[in-house]
Amino acid sequence: MASRIVSLKVNGQNEEFIVGALTSLQDILRDTLNYTSVKEGCRQGGCGSCSVIIDGELRLSCLTPVQEVDGSEVTTLEGLNQSNSIAALQQQFIDKYAAQCGFCTPGMMVAIQALLDRNPNPSRDEITEGLAGNICRCTGYLPIIKAVEGVVAEMSGASGD
Amino acid sequence: MSKLRGTGFAAVNYPTGMHLGGDPTQSLVHATTSGNFVVTMSSVDLGQGLKTILAQIAAETLGVPLDTVIVDTGDTDTGPHCTGTFASRTTHRAGNAVIMAAAEARQAMLEVAAEKLEVSVEDLETDGQGNIHVKGVEEKAISVAETAGAAHFELGKTISGRGIFLKTPSPMDPETGESDPDSTQAHACTVAEVEVDTETGNVEVLGFKSAYEVGQQVNPALVKGQIVGGAWMGMGHALQETTAPYYPAIDHAPGDFQSYVMPGAADMPSVECEVLEIASRNGPFGAKGVGEMVTNSPIPAIVNAINNALGVRITRIPVTPEVVLRALDEKAANAT
Amino acid sequence: MAIKDLKIVGQPVKLRDLDTHVTGETVYYEDIRVPRMLHLKMHRSIYPHAKILNIDTSEAKSSAGVVCVLTHEDLPGKKKYNGLAGVGVGPEDESVLAFEKVRWKGESVVAVIAETPKQAEAAAAKVKVDYEELPAVFDIMEALKDGAPVVTDHWPNNHYIFPDNHRAAQVRYGDVEKAFAEADHIVEDVYQTQPIEQAPLETNGCIAVPEGGDGRITVYSNTQGLQFSLDVTADILGVPTSKLRFIGGTVGGGFGGKVDLQPEPITTLAAMRTGRPVKFKYTREEEMRVSSSRSAWRVEIKDGVMNDGRIIARKITTYQDSGAYLRFSSYGGMKHCGHMPGPYTIPNVWIDSIVVFTNRTPSNAMRGFGVMAGSFALEVQMDKVAETIGMDPWELRLINAYREGDMKSHQKEVEDAGMVETILAAAKLAGKQLPEEFQKMSSLDRKAG
Repeated sequence: MASRIVSLKVNGQNEEFIVGALTSLQDILRDTLNYTSVKEGCRQGGCGSCSVIIDGELRLSCLTPVQEVDGSEVTTLEGLNQSNSIAALQQQFIDKYAAQCGFCTPGMMVAIQALLDRNPNPSRDEITEGLAGNICRCTGYLPIIKAVEGVVAEMSGASGD
Repeated sequence: MSKLRGTGFAAVNYPTGMHLGGDPTQSLVHATTSGNFVVTMSSVDLGQGLKTILAQIAAETLGVPLDTVIVDTGDTDTGPHCTGTFASRTTHRAGNAVIMAAAEARQAMLEVAAEKLEVSVEDLETDGQGNIHVKGVEEKAISVAETAGAAHFELGKTISGRGIFLKTPSPMDPETGESDPDSTQAHACTVAEVEVDTETGNVEVLGFKSAYEVGQQVNPALVKGQIVGGAWMGMGHALQETTAPYYPAIDHAPGDFQSYVMPGAADMPSVECEVLEIASRNGPFGAKGVGEMVTNSPIPAIVNAINNALGVRITRIPVTPEVVLRALDEKAANAT
Repeated sequence: MAIKDLKIVGQPVKLRDLDTHVTGETVYYEDIRVPRMLHLKMHRSIYPHAKILNIDTSEAKSSAGVVCVLTHEDLPGKKKYNGLAGVGVGPEDESVLAFEKVRWKGESVVAVIAETPKQAEAAAAKVKVDYEELPAVFDIMEALKDGAPVVTDHWPNNHYIFPDNHRAAQVRYGDVEKAFAEADHIVEDVYQTQPIEQAPLETNGCIAVPEGGDGRITVYSNTQGLQFSLDVTADILGVPTSKLRFIGGTVGGGFGGKVDLQPEPITTLAAMRTGRPVKFKYTREEEMRVSSSRSAWRVEIKDGVMNDGRIIARKITTYQDSGAYLRFSSYGGMKHCGHMPGPYTIPNVWIDSIVVFTNRTPSNAMRGFGVMAGSFALEVQMDKVAETIGMDPWELRLINAYREGDMKSHQKEVEDAGMVETILAAAKLAGKQLPEEFQKMSSLDRKAG
C-alpha cells in the first residue's frame, strides 16, 4: 500500500497532500491543516468528537482514510463558522447552556448541522437519533436536545408557521 | 412476561471541600489602567463553569460590571496556588479567596476615589454600573475607569488585593474517628420512576423528580447543568457502567465506547427539580459544593425503584439486564 | 428564597467559554502548536502479576524514528512514588516505571519516544520483557485471606495500614453491640459496586516543552490540579520546582480521572532527555484500562432499629478495592468514614473502612470519592429497614434525618442542615402524601411535627 497524492477541498480551500495508505483524515485536518475543532476523543469511531461533513454526508474523520476520499469536499466546524450557517444553532447552545467542558461540542455542532440539513424539522426522536453517534459526558444531553429544538422552532417560526 | 413499573427514592448529603481540610486556594485581583479587573488564579475549569462563577463573585464583591472582570487562570508562573478542582471544593475555596482579594482591591479603589472626590471612603458606594458615588448624592461621582486611571497615572497607587482560603487541617483520631472533615453539607433527594422489561431485563428510567439543597446558588443555570448531567451519569452508574463486567475478574475489560456502555441521548428522561438554598456559614455568599452530589442520589433511587417494580432485592450496581434476570430467577425459585 | 441581596451572584449569567466551545476555538492542552514535537508511547505489562527477568530495548531503540527509550534505570529521582507523599501519605509504593515486578496488567514498563505517534507505537511493541508469571489475586475477600498472593511487600496482608497500626480507618461512637441487644430489629445486608471509568471526552495527556538554556520545562497539561501536578512531577524527577511551569486550566472533562499524574512525570523527563517537546496522550483504550478507575466497594451494613423507626445503631464494614497501588485510596477510605452513616443521626456507630490491594488497575478518585458507594449502600439499606419494620420509607428517613446541632458519629455538630427540607420538597414534587406531622418537620427542630 503506497503513499500517493490526494486532493481535497477543505473548508473551501484546495489542498494537496502526499499521504500513506491508512493516514486518517483526522490527522490531516488536525495536525497538517490545524483545524483544531476536529477533536480526538477516541480514534475508534466511538465518540463523534471528530465529526466532519464529506460531500454532504456526516462522517467520522478518525475512521476515514484520506486516500478513500480523494477529490472530496470536506467541511469542519471552522468551515461552517465561515459561512455563518450555524449561527442560530450556536446561539441556541449558548442560551441553553448546552456545553460544559466543550470537548464534544464541535463534533456535536457538525452532527446537528448535518441532521438539520437533511431534516429541517426533526422530531425529538429524530434529534436523539441524530445525536446517537456523539457522546457528551457532562450535560446529560437534555440541554443539547433543547438547543436543537430551539433552532427548529426558530426556523419554523421564520417560515411563518 | 411483562413490563413492570416501580418508584424509588433516595436522600443523600454531600461534604464540601477536601476531607479533613488543608487544601488552600489563593487569588490575586488587580485593576488595569482602564478600570477592568483581572482575577489571577491557577484553578482548573473542568467545564463546570469555574471561570464564570469566579467572575460573578469578583464582580459582586468589587461592585463593578461583570463584563469588566477578566478571569486569568491556569498558569503556575502567574497564578497563585490552588489545590485543584475536586472534592466539590473549588466554588467554596476559590470563591472565598476571590472575595478576600476583591474586597481588598475594592477598598483600595474606594480610597483612590475618596481622594479624587475629596470625601471619606465610608461615604462612598458603587453602583455596579462602573461608577463610584457619594451615598445619597449620585451626581458626586467618579467612574471606576477614571479612578483606575488616576491611581496609575496621578497618584501612583495600586488597586489590587490578595486572597486565600484555607480550612486548616483536622487530622482524624485513629481510635474514634473524631474529626472536623468538611466545610459544609449539601443535600439531595431524588425520586426515580422505572419500567423493567421482565423478558429482557432491560430497565428504562422514565423520569427523575428531585430536590437539591445547595446553599446560595452562584449561577442557577450552571447548578441546573450539574443536576441534569449528574442525573445522567447516575443513571449510567446504576444500570450500565463498569470497567470490569465480570468483577472481580479482569476479563472483557472495555477499551472503547462501543463496549463501555453509557446511556444515550434517547435514554435520558425528564429531570424535574427544585433547588433550595440554605446558606452555608462559611461558603462564598453562602454557597455549598454541588458538582459531585448530583450523581449520588439517582443511583440508589433507581435501584430502589427496580426493587419496587420487581419485588426483589438487588444490592449491587450496575443493575444490568443479567442482574435483573438473575434476581427474577431467584425470586421464582424462592416462590416454589 | 434569596439568602442575601445580591446583584450578580445568583444570576444565570452566560457560561464564559461557551462562545468558543461552539466555534471549536477553545484551546485545550493539545491544541497548542509546537514545532519538532516528539511522541511518547508506553510499553505495558501483559500480566497482572509477574517477576521481571529482563528488559530488552535494543530492537525498540533501533526502530525507525525512535529518539529515546526510558526504563526505570533512566529515572533520575524517585523510582517509586505516591501522589500524596507531600502531605504525609505513604509509603511510596508505586513504580514510576516497573522494575523487579509488575503488579497489574497495563502497568508502565518502558517509555518510547519517537518522531511520530505511529513510530513510537511500533517501537514500543518491539520492547521485549521476559517475565515469570506469579499468582494474582483479584477478589478483595480472597486477598485478605492467609496465603493469598501478596500484591506489594509494603502490605503483607494486602490491606493498607492506617495510623496506630489500624487495619481500617475507623469510627467508634457509642456502643453498637449494646444497642443491637436492645433493638427491636436487626437489619443486615451487603452492597457491592464495580469499577467505573471517569470517561472524560478528552483523555489524560500533556505536552512538555523545554524552554531553552536555563533548563526550564513548560508542561501543558489537562490535570485537575496544576500546582499539585507540578510539585509531584518535580519530586519524582528530583528537579527544583522552579524548573517547571504548568499551564492548563481549560480541560475537556475530569470527573476525578485527571488527578493522578499519569502522563506528566515521564513526559517531562522525556523532554529533559531529548531537549525537544514531547507529547504523551492516552489512547481511549489506555484511558479505560490503564488510567485509574473509580474503585469497587463492598459495604456491609448492620442496623439496630426500634419499632418506632429510630435507628439506634449502625455498624459498617467497608472494603475498597484499591487495585495494585495506593494512589489516594486511604484518603477515600477516610472520607468514607466522614460520610457514613449518611444524613442520619444515629447514637451508636461503628465503622471500619478497609483499603484492600489486588492485582487490578489501581483505582482512584471519581465524582463522589468515598461517598458514592456509601450513599448507594445506605439508601438501598434504608428501604430494607423500612420494609422490615413495616414503615413508610419517607417517614423512616424523616424520623432519622439529622437536625441542626445534632452530633455526628465523627463528633462534629451538624451545621447548615437541610436534609429534612430537601426530602419534603422531593416528596411534594413527586406527589407523595405525608401525614401532617411529617410535613411540619424541620432541620431546626427535632421535636417539630
